[in-house]
Amino acid sequence: MAAIIIQKKSFLDHLKKALADSEITAIIQKLGVSVEQITHTELTLEVLPNRPDLLSEAGLVRALQAFLGIKKGLRKYAVRKSGGKVFIDPSVKDVRPYTACALVKKLNFGNEKIKEIMQLQEKLHATFGRNRNKVAIGMYPLDKIKLPITYTAKAPQEIRFRPLEANREMSATEILEEHPAGKAYAYLLQEAKKYPVFIDANKNILSLPPIINSHETGRVTEKTTEVFIECSGHQSGAVKTCLNLIVTTLAEMGGEIYSMELNDGKKKETTPDLTPVKRKLNIKYLNQRIGASFKEKEIKFLLEKMGHDYNAGNVFISAYRTDMLHEIDLAEDIAIAYGYENLKPELPNAATVGEESPFEVFRNKLCNLLVGFRLLELNTYHLTSEEVVNEKMNHNGEIIELANVANQEFNVLRSWMLPGVMQILGENTRYEYPQRVFCSGIVFKKDEQEETRIKEQTKLAVALAGKGEDFTKIKQILAGMMDALAVIWSIKETEHPSFIEGRVGAVLVDGNEIGFVGEIHPRVLDNFKIEMPMAALELNLSELFKTLK
Amino acid sequence: MDLKKILNTFHPFERRVFPVLKHAHTLEEIMKATGMQEIEVMRALQWLSNKEVIKKEGFINPKTTTFISLTQKAERYQKEKRLPERKILEYLQKHHKATKTILKKELNLEEEEFNAILGILKKENYIHILKNSDIELQITEKGLENKTLSQDEHLFEKICGEGSVQKTSEHSSEFLKRRGLIEEKEKAERIIILTPLGEKLSKEKISNEVLDKLTPEMLKTKAWREKEFRRFDIKVEVPRIYRGKRHFVDQAIQSIKRIWLDLGFKELEGNLVETAFWDLDALFVPQDHSAREMQDTFFVKGKTGILKGDIPEQIAKKIKAVHETGGDTGSAGWGGVWNKEKAKELLLITHDTYLSAKTLAHLKKEDLPFKSFQIMKVFRNEALDWKHLFEFYQVGGIVVDQDVNLRNLLGYLKQFFKKMGYPDVQIRPSFFGYTEPSAEIFVFHPIKKEWVEVGGAGMFRPEVTKPLLGFECPVIAWGIGLERVLTDYYKIKDLREIYKNDLRQLRDMKEFMK
Repeated sequence: MAAIIIQKKSFLDHLKKALADSEITAIIQKLGVSVEQITHTELTLEVLPNRPDLLSEAGLVRALQAFLGIKKGLRKYAVRKSGGKVFIDPSVKDVRPYTACALVKKLNFGNEKIKEIMQLQEKLHATFGRNRNKVAIGMYPLDKIKLPITYTAKAPQEIRFRPLEANREMSATEILEEHPAGKAYAYLLQEAKKYPVFIDANKNILSLPPIINSHETGRVTEKTTEVFIECSGHQSGAVKTCLNLIVTTLAEMGGEIYSMELNDGKKKETTPDLTPVKRKLNIKYLNQRIGASFKEKEIKFLLEKMGHDYNAGNVFISAYRTDMLHEIDLAEDIAIAYGYENLKPELPNAATVGEESPFEVFRNKLCNLLVGFRLLELNTYHLTSEEVVNEKMNHNGEIIELANVANQEFNVLRSWMLPGVMQILGENTRYEYPQRVFCSGIVFKKDEQEETRIKEQTKLAVALAGKGEDFTKIKQILAGMMDALAVIWSIKETEHPSFIEGRVGAVLVDGNEIGFVGEIHPRVLDNFKIEMPMAALELNLSELFKTLK
Repeated sequence: MDLKKILNTFHPFERRVFPVLKHAHTLEEIMKATGMQEIEVMRALQWLSNKEVIKKEGFINPKTTTFISLTQKAERYQKEKRLPERKILEYLQKHHKATKTILKKELNLEEEEFNAILGILKKENYIHILKNSDIELQITEKGLENKTLSQDEHLFEKICGEGSVQKTSEHSSEFLKRRGLIEEKEKAERIIILTPLGEKLSKEKISNEVLDKLTPEMLKTKAWREKEFRRFDIKVEVPRIYRGKRHFVDQAIQSIKRIWLDLGFKELEGNLVETAFWDLDALFVPQDHSAREMQDTFFVKGKTGILKGDIPEQIAKKIKAVHETGGDTGSAGWGGVWNKEKAKELLLITHDTYLSAKTLAHLKKEDLPFKSFQIMKVFRNEALDWKHLFEFYQVGGIVVDQDVNLRNLLGYLKQFFKKMGYPDVQIRPSFFGYTEPSAEIFVFHPIKKEWVEVGGAGMFRPEVTKPLLGFECPVIAWGIGLERVLTDYYKIKDLREIYKNDLRQLRDMKEFMK
């Protein structure tokens, strides 16, 4: 999602409509753009990532003019030949291989227009451009540069120019280390031996993509009327579509588009190429997906509302639409044009049988059984800390850590349930005792046999805290559960550092240890600041379930 | 009103207190007359007041009386029951003259206290003050003759004798209070007076022969025969007892699960740790998408960087093709190169949709129509605050059927939310990488009277379904946030409260009744 701000007055002027705020919201929402705020002068909008062509006032107006029937169908743009050339040196192959370029003339930038185009550039960088990695855009005043342009890669020490927002000439290395934009995007050139640059016929450096333009040759101002535009990046298609999007938006703002001739030494190519993308349309397929029975005429009408043309089974899609990967994308456009709100809900009558997961049936019965013992269920996080699962429990189990976690208190996957329960009881000591609780959930341990190297099993912890809660009381609960499940079980003496020695046992079913039961050691209680005796058990429900089958 | 019925409800305490109320009107008097503890009398009176047998006025709003008693400072005069000024006067009556130093020493008086005495003696014209090097007191005619005690002295004597005296216009002294010799204390006194009903009842006979608790012995000996049971005040408040109960989140999960089961869906379970392959790649999420970045997603840390999981060879080939070129799906794909190593990274699932992808990979044509759902925790690498959780529940589901369409998606959602108490559902255009068309789900909030966003939905892209299923088939899918429903139902403002496990909150919370 990208937030943009557009000017309300010029927006409404372009639509030639006087709309109330609620009407603006309703109309814009139909396109999937959500309205965050409307003031007297501005609209704050959230644009979905699949529609970067709506990231400017001009783009949004273009889409709405079609949608509202003011200017329906495919928008056509004239591309004049400029004769300007761009040489692409093979050296860019290893660092940032693709570019697409154009000129736009007859621009009439006011202050607002400059802001709008800067916003579009910035938002395109962040979304479609994947933070400038996939695509970055550069714009240069034509009167400051001399064609032809060369796109090449040079060693960092050979690159020296005064970047935007700097007061002196800097080397490429200095820019990446000291300039704000350099520091922010240096990682994109981290592994490059040579850095890409655009150079003009005067041998002036225009920019160091995707980092920054030159102050002398790459600063667009309100007085600029003619620009050279380049998009550079790692995907040929994305770079071209991005250029199409920028130049057509400038054309909507009154500019004239001129092509440039790209030459990489092997082949020549002219950009921008605004030829619409032609796609065959299967009306039956579209109707099936939407659940509609649109006739060809209706389909044509709906496609035109979305800025496409339709002719004899073919759809013609604008060259700036980035989201048209598949025929199904047209289905969405047709549904949007028809209006999601006009779709009638329908429940199919194909019969299926509901089926609860057998393990969940088992787990639920067990939980309800514990409720019968007047226990209160807790629901705790899967993420915890080593302090809780190990240190406070006087335990030394293996842990699975997460990388780069926002909360350091939650940087470990829980390995057993009891520590989380202890932590909760430690936070509730001001309330009435006895506190008799249980909690079941997924725990994690390393296991090379698993596809993920981690085994996930469901465990259950039961804890009884209060005066008089002891081994007998917790064993009564255990016995009650096992009796209810008709499981043959036994207890074997064992040792566990969280429990009092001689008051802890391993629970055996079919000869397998599936858990333990005992009285919590006062040292552990002390760690959780619990001043009541406590008896607890932990059972592996996944294992117990297996023995039942 | 049946007087007998009322008398019958009397508790044994009330039975003992009530008869003495004819003449005993204060707590002390009642305690004295019945020999009961204060707490027992109070409970009896409370019940009698509830039954309107005694007047609420004097009992509930007791009359306050002020009592005067000696301060700690005055204790040393208590034994002689007289004020020091009398002693000074008597000394002077005997010696006629004395210096301040001698008197202070003789009577062990502090400066302040001595000055106060000097003031009063002079005011009464009992002495003259002669100023030499030391202040000297000389008795006057009037002083020589004075033998009668002043009002203050009388009061003081009375307090010394009785311990405390009720303050009246006669019995009060601002002077002694200022000198810090006496203090005033308020005491609440309940005056117990029978109401007309009480008067009437007092003429009835109260038997002590009613049965209170029914005991096994009574049953054995049949002692209950021909006796009456005391009537209980069945409207009285009772202390709460705690029952065992499911956590409210789990209650909600059970309710929601029931709805999907009723609609003919099969419940699925899955891992919470998965390879990026199932969570992202299989769902056609491009490899340069921000969901792959550390700040959004939890990755598992290993001994050497991120632990790598396994990905199935056969499907990996198809996923590679669909990402790079669209494969055989008719799509253009994302372009670029799909990196298998990147897909091996282990993460905490970012959405439950990964389970749908895994499920599709195992479905065969003969399994259709197939409807499944799952309710599971998903994870976001986010700091914990009032509107962000790092793990939360998603309720997701899919329908795989050759005939299924966008309107059916709306149909299922409408059914589900109707059962959840939201009669109207709307979808609005949205974007998810793996669905097309994509939609956001809104429900109409019947109380707030506004549309509230509750989840996302759509139809899986052919780039998702074809490589996994091996054939073309529409699949509708949705994911609903459980916490959104819970915060609305329980009026919770801070999301952290949901997993706080505050025992009082859990004990007191209402059941999830949907």
